[in-house]
Amino acid sequence: MERIAIVGVGQTKHEARKIQDSFADMVYEAVKMALEDAGMGVNQVDNVITTSNDFWDGRTISSMATGDVSGARGKNVSCVEGDGTFGAFYGMTRILSGSYGTTLVTAYSKGSESESPMITNAAFDPIYMRCLGLDLVTACALQARRYMKRYGITEEQMAMISVKNHLNALSNPNAHLGLKITVDDVMKSRKVSDPLKLLDCSPVSDGAACIILANEERARKITDKPVWVKGVSFCADAYLLGDRDLAECKALEKAARKAYGMAGIRDPRREIDVAEVYDAFTYQESMWTEGLGFCGPGEGGKLAVSGATAKGGDIPVNPSGGLLGAHPVIAGGLIRMVEAVRQIRGQAGAMQVKDNVKIALAHGVNGVCGQSHCVWLLGRNPN
Amino acid sequence: MPEKKTDLLTIHSALDAEQPFRWSAGRYRSRFMQEIRDHKRFYGIKCPKCGKVYVPPKRVCGPCFVEMDEPVEVGPEGEIMTFTILRFSFVDPETGVAKPVPYAYGAVKFDGADTQLSHFIEYEDESKLRIGGRVRAVFQEDRKGSIKDIRAFKLIE
Amino acid sequence: MARRTAIVATGQTYHKSIRRDVNGQELINEAVVRSLEDAQLTMDDIDGVIIGNMDHFEGINYVDCWSIDGSGGYMKPTMKLTTGGTTGATLAIAGYHMVASGMFDKLLVIGWEKNSESDTTGGIITCTDPIVERPIVAGAISGLACEAQAYMHKYGATPRDAARVSVRDHKHGCNNPHAHLRLDLTIEDVLHSPVLADPLRLHDMCPRTDGACAVIFACEGIAEKITSAPAWVLATANRHMFSDYSDVVQMASLLSMVEASKELWGKLGIKEPLKKVDVIEMYQPYSWAGMMWIEDMGLCKKGEGPRLIWDGVTDMGGELPINPSGGVICTNPIGATGLIRAAEIALQIQGKADKRQVPDVQLGVSTGFGGNWWTDMIAFGKKKPA
Repeated sequence: MERIAIVGVGQTKHEARKIQDSFADMVYEAVKMALEDAGMGVNQVDNVITTSNDFWDGRTISSMATGDVSGARGKNVSCVEGDGTFGAFYGMTRILSGSYGTTLVTAYSKGSESESPMITNAAFDPIYMRCLGLDLVTACALQARRYMKRYGITEEQMAMISVKNHLNALSNPNAHLGLKITVDDVMKSRKVSDPLKLLDCSPVSDGAACIILANEERARKITDKPVWVKGVSFCADAYLLGDRDLAECKALEKAARKAYGMAGIRDPRREIDVAEVYDAFTYQESMWTEGLGFCGPGEGGKLAVSGATAKGGDIPVNPSGGLLGAHPVIAGGLIRMVEAVRQIRGQAGAMQVKDNVKIALAHGVNGVCGQSHCVWLLGRNPN
Repeated sequence: MPEKKTDLLTIHSALDAEQPFRWSAGRYRSRFMQEIRDHKRFYGIKCPKCGKVYVPPKRVCGPCFVEMDEPVEVGPEGEIMTFTILRFSFVDPETGVAKPVPYAYGAVKFDGADTQLSHFIEYEDESKLRIGGRVRAVFQEDRKGSIKDIRAFKLIE
Repeated sequence: MARRTAIVATGQTYHKSIRRDVNGQELINEAVVRSLEDAQLTMDDIDGVIIGNMDHFEGINYVDCWSIDGSGGYMKPTMKLTTGGTTGATLAIAGYHMVASGMFDKLLVIGWEKNSESDTTGGIITCTDPIVERPIVAGAISGLACEAQAYMHKYGATPRDAARVSVRDHKHGCNNPHAHLRLDLTIEDVLHSPVLADPLRLHDMCPRTDGACAVIFACEGIAEKITSAPAWVLATANRHMFSDYSDVVQMASLLSMVEASKELWGKLGIKEPLKKVDVIEMYQPYSWAGMMWIEDMGLCKKGEGPRLIWDGVTDMGGELPINPSGGVICTNPIGATGLIRAAEIALQIQGKADKRQVPDVQLGVSTGFGGNWWTDMIAFGKKKPA
């Protein structure tokens, strides 16, 4: 794969309700920030990919709202409906196809403007499942129960993830929910859907993010701190919840394997310096650390309490606070990429895990119970 | 599967009910609608680069990609740029009710504006409706801070 | 490394007003199976799947995830794109980039819509801005009616001129076994159909349809092994240029078509598209567009569209046939419609278009339309690009 770099990143502060901003206002803020970060004018953006979701926006053709503010005028543009990591993938292929030198990618969502259970209920099959009243939280509770039972993982182990990520979020100026809490606080928080308690669940936030991709020639002209794409892949598992074992994440394993292969990574735990993963719920961070090969199957709980995934540990996971700290749906994965870029550049401020971050992993998910995963490996060096 | 003839079933959504939304109008359009509600006045916003006046107002001029912040009063009269007369009735998903036909709908350019606001057009004599016709906004008595505070544009001659 | 990329196979359902006999997944699968048969491939040979439709017509969120059983995306990279009416064209353009990029060798691209499952007008209306547009909108076709009125006012075209376009497409549709509507209409039939919104009559308009289309893109080196006549992608251009309906100011001209076509012809080095292009499948949702937008596309000067139509230039057997498939006026499963245009051009280049075949097609163009008066264009060629 030819060399592709991320040359600019931006994100808004993620909040419970950004009542002063329309979708376009919010995206513009992230776009402006990314252009300033790259030191680019909008005329140097060759094409644009917006990422949005019609259901969350309450608008068919949601991409209609944010074209102008993403610099789409006079340009070739397109839209991906799914997590921002998928939008970024398409944006990357438009450079690799030889058609464009730079692509600007946005992703956003305002969860405050709808009833999220109704939005996620619509993801379920209208013939067999929707009438059961399932939504993202209840379905993920099924997965959490299955996963924890299979491997003997405890709620207290999962609570450690909540403690870690909410604490990390305190260092994140963009986070929605930075909290200093204990395992006890998590265990005592309101039960939402057994075994998930309130502090096991990410909030639903309003926010937007933007990244700018470039081919090598343009990247070197634009910035002296390009962050290189070392590997990327995505993969979707079966759809009906009963068509797969919810305790497994085979799609993530496949996507990770492919991405690691591209990046030449053989021992992810040792070679990856920091990982930003899609922790919509505490148990998900645990599962994904297994699927990504940071530990063996079923060992996510032990990993969570070992301190290895803390900011100072040997495989820091979500130093930004992850989704538990801020979750504008659709933008969730793109924000992981933004945070990973900052780590590599040494610009992560109080979230910086160490001085010499060479390889960072960013991860996004689409669909329910981690059905479809996209894994990005980013690096300081092109080789 | 058995060879028996199968009935073809249709599953109806339990929520023929709405998915309720509460969209933020944002600063620019909130101001626009407050001026209509409180003062029966229309405001556009002017691009500092190309000078175009946008109605309804918004933050960014698309072609110039610059932020705008200069409010410009426009209207209350304007010109019909194009229109149509609806003759075939349909159920409006916003209200659940069909608006009685015939009625006119079209794009109105306020005096002083460069973009067109589309809305209903009221008329007495259909033959007088034409592109280039002059119209004036007609307001609801009870205004709530919505684009519907404009009842329609009325043909003036 | 950038690679030349072609459509190597296509599959479509037999489009109908209501397919009560299949659910959405099964509808998708019909098209997928046909495209695999056309390519003589199995799902194992496919490296990835991209799919699109307009969400609110079926009311299903995360369709890329939901459709796995029908699309064949199980344990493959799968992604959804949606841009309203332009979705099908957006998908075809994405198919090109994804394969040309080197990330996939053989990609399955699916567009589908089961319009019968919801209120189409209601669904379309939800594309309007909820703050300043939606509470005061007048249905799905009012924008098109306004556009036609402006054109009529500026250039003097008449409903009879528009009817001639409708007659052309309906006649062409009779040659297409996949078409939803196959009615041999006369001009009087069109002019006597009820007026929906001045000046649009029922037979000026497209239907709403249940249907799916699947297309397989492959890279050079592999495409030639799958088919003896790959339809090579020569160039793409699109403009989704307005975010607000209030900015869609020049109603007698489709600005996005003007800009996109300028870019496309520029990339192809074409100064006279009427002479160089052999066939066009235009996303023409109503008859009037068949006169207005061919002007904006540069086939003739503004105001001359009707003359081209009456001269028979765009009929089968004419200098530049448009919509040999019958186009959107005969078949409109919205999420698939733009992709069907691309599939039909591919069939033309491959010489597989049966009764609707235009002889000796070297260069064909498909377009997409939707959203805030957006345009997508793709040019396909028989000869592999240099």
